[in-house]
Amino acid sequence: MSRLDARFASLKEQGKRAFITFITAGDPEPKMTVSLLHHLVAEGADVLELGMPFSDPMADGPVVQKANERALAHHMGLSQVLQLVVQFRQQDKSTPIVLMGYLNPIECMGFEKFAAQANAAGVDGLIIVDMPPEEADEVIQVFEEHDLAPVFLLAPTSSDARIQRACELAKGFVYYVSLRGVTGAQVSDYQEIADQVAKIRKHTSLPVGVGFGIRDGATATAMGRHADALVVGSALVNCVEKYATDPHTMKQAMSQVMRDIRAAIDGLPALEK
Amino acid sequence: MNDTRRGWEHLAQMPDAKGHFGQYGGKYVSETLMGAISELESAYKHYLQEAEFLAEFDEDLKHYVGRPSPLYFAKRLTAQVGGAQIYLKREDLNHTGAHKINNTVGQALLAKRMGKPRVIAETGAGQHGVASATVAARLGLQCTVYMGEEDIRRQAINVYRMRLLGAEVVPVSSGSKTLKDALNEALRDWVTRVEETFYIIGTVAGPHPYPAMVRDFQSIIGREAKEQMLAQVGRLPDALVACVGGGSNSIGLFHPFVNDADVEMYGVEAAGEGVSTGHHAAPLCAGSPGVLHGNRTYVMQDEDGQIIETHSISAGLDYPGVGPEHAYWKDMHRAQYVAVTDQEALEAFHLLTRVEGILPALESSHAIAYATKLAAARSKDEIVLVNLSGRGDKDVHTVASLEGIEI
Repeated sequence: MSRLDARFASLKEQGKRAFITFITAGDPEPKMTVSLLHHLVAEGADVLELGMPFSDPMADGPVVQKANERALAHHMGLSQVLQLVVQFRQQDKSTPIVLMGYLNPIECMGFEKFAAQANAAGVDGLIIVDMPPEEADEVIQVFEEHDLAPVFLLAPTSSDARIQRACELAKGFVYYVSLRGVTGAQVSDYQEIADQVAKIRKHTSLPVGVGFGIRDGATATAMGRHADALVVGSALVNCVEKYATDPHTMKQAMSQVMRDIRAAIDGLPALEK
Repeated sequence: MNDTRRGWEHLAQMPDAKGHFGQYGGKYVSETLMGAISELESAYKHYLQEAEFLAEFDEDLKHYVGRPSPLYFAKRLTAQVGGAQIYLKREDLNHTGAHKINNTVGQALLAKRMGKPRVIAETGAGQHGVASATVAARLGLQCTVYMGEEDIRRQAINVYRMRLLGAEVVPVSSGSKTLKDALNEALRDWVTRVEETFYIIGTVAGPHPYPAMVRDFQSIIGREAKEQMLAQVGRLPDALVACVGGGSNSIGLFHPFVNDADVEMYGVEAAGEGVSTGHHAAPLCAGSPGVLHGNRTYVMQDEDGQIIETHSISAGLDYPGVGPEHAYWKDMHRAQYVAVTDQEALEAFHLLTRVEGILPALESSHAIAYATKLAAARSKDEIVLVNLSGRGDKDVHTVASLEGIEI
């Protein structure tokens, strides 16, 4: 069983939802990333999403855009991202890591080379924001050969047919983008989340994660009810930005965000089995 | 030689059903945009076959844009160059001063048909922003234009023009603060207000159906030019020349000639300070295939696959990608892609101004520069047709300040 499947299975066993955290690799500088990842796990992260920096992150809001710029100032390429995963895995063999980014750097490295190295480094899944199912055939096959789970995004505007197609191809979990907008924006329609997640569940038994708008305990409570996993990014990246030169305070700020959200997640009513 | 023997016979039918031109094109956007892209694709397929829509588009091109634009024999330029005859397709004479309006008229009509109250656009030099604000004003649509901070500084007059037309101009301060970042920001806006918004992309790039749709709207240039050549000269030209930034004026001129295999095509990119210096905007000449802004095409990227900053004297050519159909035509050798430097473009700007009394846009000056080289090497009975895609009034300040003149 893959690390992702094992983690979701064990959480389900305990009747818990997964807390997925996002930070960008190399932000604010490469030497801090591994320590931040361990810190997130210590504060209750179940799955780690790690951003692969790209010069043109068109689905991201200003907070994550700036994180990309800070990382790229340190020439954070894919090889360096994978190096960080190797370092992380020296101490943590069980927390799943999902890389999130854009297609061009991966294509530039070569799908086969990237997938082989990612698997060897200990990566478990991939979210490629600008690779919808219709452009994914070649890549998915390569990922499968290297035991990498392709995680697809679904949106409020996804049709039934698109939901079905993404669910057929997805492994690990399905990522529901809870709003019309970019990362870090605000959700206005909670009922829509419930409705779309219900539709997704008709097509897959994979866990459904919800993200793009959870920033504290209150939003986690409001949005997390129907989800198996909650993804938090910009709220954590904000801490990195605000205390970029003071790692100690940065971690304290992250802890505060983490504890607030973790408590909210664990306080949600149990999911129906 | 006919095109069957050259393997070009399928080019006119591209893209395929999924929006691919060979390995190029496609729909590389986040799921959050796929609904909007599908909606646009259906509308495009429907209305571009609908007689009523096409008739309204033609009417607008005639009475609002001022088409057909003239085909002009540049007699003194030809004499000066001393080779092939040079003809100019005068897109600079269109309303708002460039070919951009052909496409924005078409897309705004489509927006209206789709019931979208709001249009957005990205702009570099400001020509597409002005053309978008213009059609929005005319149709009573709300308009927001994204423009890099750097470009806003360089193109203050166009910014004011857009505001006069009622558009909101939003400065973009992320990344390199130029056209590519304005495009990112427009995509972010679209994702956020997707149901009420129509995104008017200004060139033949972006996700399918934009490259095909913008080409279809701009193909009026080539269709007219073909008719005009036959009427005025009695034959087709030997070569077509047009500048290539994203590639909309060039594909607009070239596409109707794609099955005329004896007509050579030259797309002219911006070599900036010289392709070998790295300071240029010539992805077809010096880039490599990659994925940017929704499509696979030639892009300028570093060894990590990060998109790199471009340089050109002309803001309209200052873009690290190019339309996917051009990428495919390059690989198929249907068109040749060349590059001319800032300096050569400036010289062509002065030359055309002095000998023909036509002030060309700096973008179009690249095409003029290459056309004069090409014509000089050809015999006097050959014909080179250049797309004069825009007028140069907007560039007067740039040219003056480069030459140390304060206006």
